[in-house]
Amino acid sequence: MTEWIDTLVQGVLLGGLYSLFATGLALSFGVMRMINIAHGDFAILAAFAAIAIVEPLGLNPFVVLLVIVPLMGLFGYLLQRGVLNRTLGKDILPPLLVTFGFSIIIQNLLLVTFSADTRSLNVGELGTASIALGGDLAVGVLPLIIMGVAVAVLAGLQWLFSATPLGRAFRAASDDAEAAQLMGIDNRHIYGLAMGIAMAIVAIAGVFLAIRANITPADGPARLLYAFEAVIIGGLGSLWGTLAGGMILGVAQSVGLKADPGWGILAGHLAFLAVLAVRPNGLFARTRDR
Amino acid sequence: MSLLETHKVTAFYGDFQALYGIDMKVEEGETVAIIGSNGAGKSSFLRTLAGLQAAARDSIRFGGEAIGGLPAHRIVGRGLAMVPEGRRLFPSLSVEENLLVGSYSRRAGPWNLQRLYALFPILGERRHNPGTALSGGQQQMVAIGRALMSNPRLLLCDEISLGLAPVVIKDIYAALPGIKAEGTSVLVVEQDVGQAMKVADRLYCFQEGRVSLAGRPAELTREQISSAYFGV
Ligand SMILES: Nc1ncnc2c1ncn2[C@@H]1O[C@H](COP(=O)(O)OP(=O)(O)OP(=O)(O)O)[C@@H](O)[C@H]1O
Ligand SMILES: [Mg+2]
Repeated sequence: MTEWIDTLVQGVLLGGLYSLFATGLALSFGVMRMINIAHGDFAILAAFAAIAIVEPLGLNPFVVLLVIVPLMGLFGYLLQRGVLNRTLGKDILPPLLVTFGFSIIIQNLLLVTFSADTRSLNVGELGTASIALGGDLAVGVLPLIIMGVAVAVLAGLQWLFSATPLGRAFRAASDDAEAAQLMGIDNRHIYGLAMGIAMAIVAIAGVFLAIRANITPADGPARLLYAFEAVIIGGLGSLWGTLAGGMILGVAQSVGLKADPGWGILAGHLAFLAVLAVRPNGLFARTRDR
Repeated sequence: MSLLETHKVTAFYGDFQALYGIDMKVEEGETVAIIGSNGAGKSSFLRTLAGLQAAARDSIRFGGEAIGGLPAHRIVGRGLAMVPEGRRLFPSLSVEENLLVGSYSRRAGPWNLQRLYALFPILGERRHNPGTALSGGQQQMVAIGRALMSNPRLLLCDEISLGLAPVVIKDIYAALPGIKAEGTSVLVVEQDVGQAMKVADRLYCFQEGRVSLAGRPAELTREQISSAYFGV
């Protein structure tokens, strides 16, 4: 019994990491109506960048976030202004193709630079530290930290979107790009900022992934898939939905893994299909006119 | 110097030419109306003024500066705001948020939420509703209020009476004196000729992308107007 509760708790906490991956995807879809196929690869890129800084300098991976996150944010802004904005339009295919291209380029660049070996970020004792909850139950400190960060990120975004002029501009540009321009909103800049924020969050996700697990240059697409599933389960347009989606995915994978070591990933996909069958718009889909 | 002065403004959709050289003026403090039948090019002209359609830099002068072809978001900052055809409210924003987003360009001036709620009291009562959950007339008030929040020197209104009941149209046009009292000039596009004659100091009639008639309502005859409007 305790074992299963433990599995459940692990799964829920894993949802924190998944939701960090999903949030950036939800953001770029929500504001620009575009899907970034290279989303997972950018996370892995950020993780390898962190590894490249941490290993020679012997830094703490958490400290490196202070560098990587703003750097990826800036990179996201420039990428949107310089490349992705040009692909936006009535046709949804160009952004898909271009970001698919980025996905391949990043994977190969990482392969050339870091080889196909698995790597990770070492946080020392923190990586295995846990808090006893009584009985045989204990929760890892690291998953708790990640969950805390995920909740903080979502709360921050919620505040940004609902209570600031920039958030209103995001929503207005998403509703009607042309009418937004008539309000003095420079859509290209707004899209740049949205992608900057998305990339900053995906950098956090990538670094946390490398702290929790081993990564290889080819891991991006799988990360994209989980993020995508979490977004769809939660419901397009719902920020907190991505957390719920991440948790459902995390629990399904943990339970599946416990039942049979080969079933973890499959159980996640099955949960995704089950939710889609019952609620095709996801659990917390927000109608366009809330 | 006129507030707005255009010289041979053209507009194209691909190969199709919608405007063939529009010359017109709006003086400071004036209310000017553009009338014309469906497809005459009225909306194309306003969209060009607002920066949504390409234009030669010198073809549009506003406050003495050439603004033709500037991006729309820059033009708002110069004091030229548009209430677009079909209102175009933001569905995921509340009434109040729709109004607030209008002040995004942060131009200084007389308009703020309190003043707007005084002008359109119903909007104050409905401030937390989604903008698109209001009646057509109320939505039009939001669209006008949203444009006013940018404190424009010139307000462009594209068919603000379209699809509304006569009493509602009266309510909306009743706000015009309050807007003009703040020193805002107004350029309205109207299919309702009677309405246009009532509110306008001067009037232009468009026909197939050209100005077919211009003058003060009192000086124009019914025959002149109907021939300019219908081209017969
Ligand atoms: N997006 C577009 N693509 C192609 N042609 C267009 C487009 N918008 C307008 N047109 C054409 O340009 C011409 C002028 O249209 P416009 O909308 O400016 O007329 P209007 O005077 O505003 O008409 P209405 O009173 O019906 O609103 C019309 O022939 C119309 O078919
Ligand atoms: Mg029109």
